[in-house]
Amino acid sequence: MEYRQHRLDNGLEILAECNPGAHALACGFFVRTGARDETPEVGGVSHFLEHMVFKGTPNRSADQVNRELDEMGSHSNARTGEESTIYHATVLPDFQSRIVEVLADIMRPSLREDDFETEKKVIIEEIKMYDDQPPYGGHERIMAEFYGSHPLGQSVLGTVDTVTDLTPTRMNEYFQQRYSPGNISLAAAGNVDFEQLIADAEAFCGSWESFPAQRDFQPVTPRSGFVTMHKPESTQQYLIQLAAGPSSQDEDRFAARVLTTILGDDSGSRMYWEFLDSGLAEAAGMGNYEYDGTGLIMTFVCCAPEQAQDNLARVKKLQGQAVIERVTQKELEQAKRKISSHIILSSERTESRMFSVGSQWLKNNDFKTPGEIAAIYEAVTLEQVNAIAEKFPLVENMTLCVGPEAELFAPA
Amino acid sequence: MQTQNQQIKSHRLANGMTIVGEIMPWLESAAFSFSVPAGCQFDPEGKEGLANFVCEMVQRGCGKLNSREYIERLEWLGVDYSSSASVYHTHFSGAMPAANLYEAFEVYHDVFRNPIIPESQLEEGRMVCYQEIRSIEDDLAQRVMLQLRKRQYGDPRGRWSQGSMESVASLTQDDVREFFNRYYQPDGLILSVAGNIDWDQLVGRTEALFADWKAVPVGSIEDKGSIVGSLHIPFDSQQSHIAIACPCAAYSDPDYFLARGSIGVLSDGMSSRLFRELREKRGLCYTVFASLHSVLNQACMVAYVGTSSERAQESLDALVEQLLELEKGVEEEELDRLKVQIRSSLVLQQESSRSRAGSIAGDWFHLGRARTLGEVTGLISDLSAEKLNEYVRANPLRNFNLVTLGPEPLELKHGIPSASAG
Repeated sequence: MEYRQHRLDNGLEILAECNPGAHALACGFFVRTGARDETPEVGGVSHFLEHMVFKGTPNRSADQVNRELDEMGSHSNARTGEESTIYHATVLPDFQSRIVEVLADIMRPSLREDDFETEKKVIIEEIKMYDDQPPYGGHERIMAEFYGSHPLGQSVLGTVDTVTDLTPTRMNEYFQQRYSPGNISLAAAGNVDFEQLIADAEAFCGSWESFPAQRDFQPVTPRSGFVTMHKPESTQQYLIQLAAGPSSQDEDRFAARVLTTILGDDSGSRMYWEFLDSGLAEAAGMGNYEYDGTGLIMTFVCCAPEQAQDNLARVKKLQGQAVIERVTQKELEQAKRKISSHIILSSERTESRMFSVGSQWLKNNDFKTPGEIAAIYEAVTLEQVNAIAEKFPLVENMTLCVGPEAELFAPA
Repeated sequence: MQTQNQQIKSHRLANGMTIVGEIMPWLESAAFSFSVPAGCQFDPEGKEGLANFVCEMVQRGCGKLNSREYIERLEWLGVDYSSSASVYHTHFSGAMPAANLYEAFEVYHDVFRNPIIPESQLEEGRMVCYQEIRSIEDDLAQRVMLQLRKRQYGDPRGRWSQGSMESVASLTQDDVREFFNRYYQPDGLILSVAGNIDWDQLVGRTEALFADWKAVPVGSIEDKGSIVGSLHIPFDSQQSHIAIACPCAAYSDPDYFLARGSIGVLSDGMSSRLFRELREKRGLCYTVFASLHSVLNQACMVAYVGTSSERAQESLDALVEQLLELEKGVEEEELDRLKVQIRSSLVLQQESSRSRAGSIAGDWFHLGRARTLGEVTGLISDLSAEKLNEYVRANPLRNFNLVTLGPEPLELKHGIPSASAG
């Protein structure tokens, strides 16, 4: 296993974890752009662009792109988030050059008008699909409530209105601001021929013109509050809370993940025993979301509507206790074992190694091996975990309740 | 009795339990699945959800471990565990660092042989089962699929394991005990293991733990016929959820890979017909797919599309058009693309002990043996457009069963060969 890195003259960073024993090869273009880099009028443009990238280039029609990706037997996909857009594929090692060529080509899309209008319908279907799924737009709503006017509160998908209003011209403007090679990295993992990867990147991406693509950092002031979204057709009640947490750059993020594992993992955590073992909830847990310069910790509970008010009080008590009744050494050791096992299991997949290589660079311009990451978690102390509970008080949060229960209130 | 080839070995214990293992020395992990022959097919009438309830209750402490210690023990061993009941089995699965495999087996030995089944926790267990039922209600696509399977396969093959609020409410401690005593037994149990394991050690440790478990003869359950005709579930949703099924070759059928190939042309990959015609060309939907599903010797093709209510009928018509079009044959290059995709997926399975443990367990259940990746690759390579076209002409997709959920009912166009006509 060898980590390699190279930068093209135009700023495109190439990163790879080369493992000659791997059965497969995964690679992807990681673009440092997402919903937080949009203006409100073009809400959803990053995600719509992600779809349009597969709709053809001056060299290939949309049909050709899809056909070629399938001809290589590639497992390819793309995803857009608040601050990243990732285009990736996993293939057998023989296809290395060819997959890099196709992915590189689609990174300079044509954005043709007729494709644009057809794809718009697909995006609107996607928005409607998520509207029918729990928590029924609750995620978008609570992000907006928590971040207020900060761009991190903008929906990744956008709304039916903003997507309907988008034009190829506006999308192209956004592309010209964000898809600079200096704002993109090519990450690979598995059975990678790194010299070939550099040569191919040079050949297929070397001519991409560079321009400044800075992220506009606005100060973040997370808000607290209590909001209800009435959804009479829903069977269950969905409770979501967001509280401040460590950012992607914050060294506290490892200890914070240990803390949320102890409090809110889907098995064996304090929330597990309070809500899941007892059957008081169908799902309950916590998750860490780290962003560029800021972060949050999400707490969620899904339960019967009649149990929701009581569960809100139980969540608050459990979060408060995290500060008063310190985490124990036994809980800490248990969480570390779990995290270490998780690292082993996930690092066996080439695709997840590629995501790790690309995401670490995207977030931090850094790379750590699974072993190094495991060692950081192993070194987390009880004091550090307990300090996190105080530094990022979970009880100070924005709460959103979605479901048939219209009248819920913040517990005293 | 022992068989072996390059990757996969099997061993049958005298009590009827089978171990099937795949040795993957390049991994650091191991994954296992105990498929206990205690599926929801045995839920008595009015007590639907019992197998699932028993699955919950046997994991509330076993041997010397109380329910909390049980979970803590699995976590200490790094086991990423799960359990669920299906029609024929209750599955207890996990993946972990390979070095801890046998310590995990010791825990599961106690789950199967010495569970506490604490009466004091019966109501908590019941609440957990209620939650599972309620969660299905909010998953509209899953609701449609469950109804379709129920109608397509009939009872008990088309059952879902969760039962209803009413049936779960009626379950007692005696029901749980009785079901456990009768159906948690080794005859027909499949233990599949994949990962960085030593085969002889696996057999030795499993024999040592489970050889004294006595088999209990169990009668078979009679199949009742399927339900034909369309079903619409009225619901005020943004999208209509459309699922359609028809009979197809089962996994154990010699023609299975021909059926798999034909459905693959419809649905595997971004250049497949459904994706191209419904999504790429017409923008009708975000999600559309078709797949094959087998329950022993019975099988069906299931296709799904989720789309805005105002375009739902158009989407259903377009979907059915593609299904019917299949009998006209496939192109050589469509098949070539599919072959590469399947081969690539098979190679990727070698990165995951969990995925291989699941595959070989499914193979054993359906075939009584496990296919190696090499064997499957060979079967796929042997497919030709000529053979496939002969197959789709002789076996056109017919007798459709339709289930929809959304604001308006939909119908199969006049002349479409639906199951209600048969």
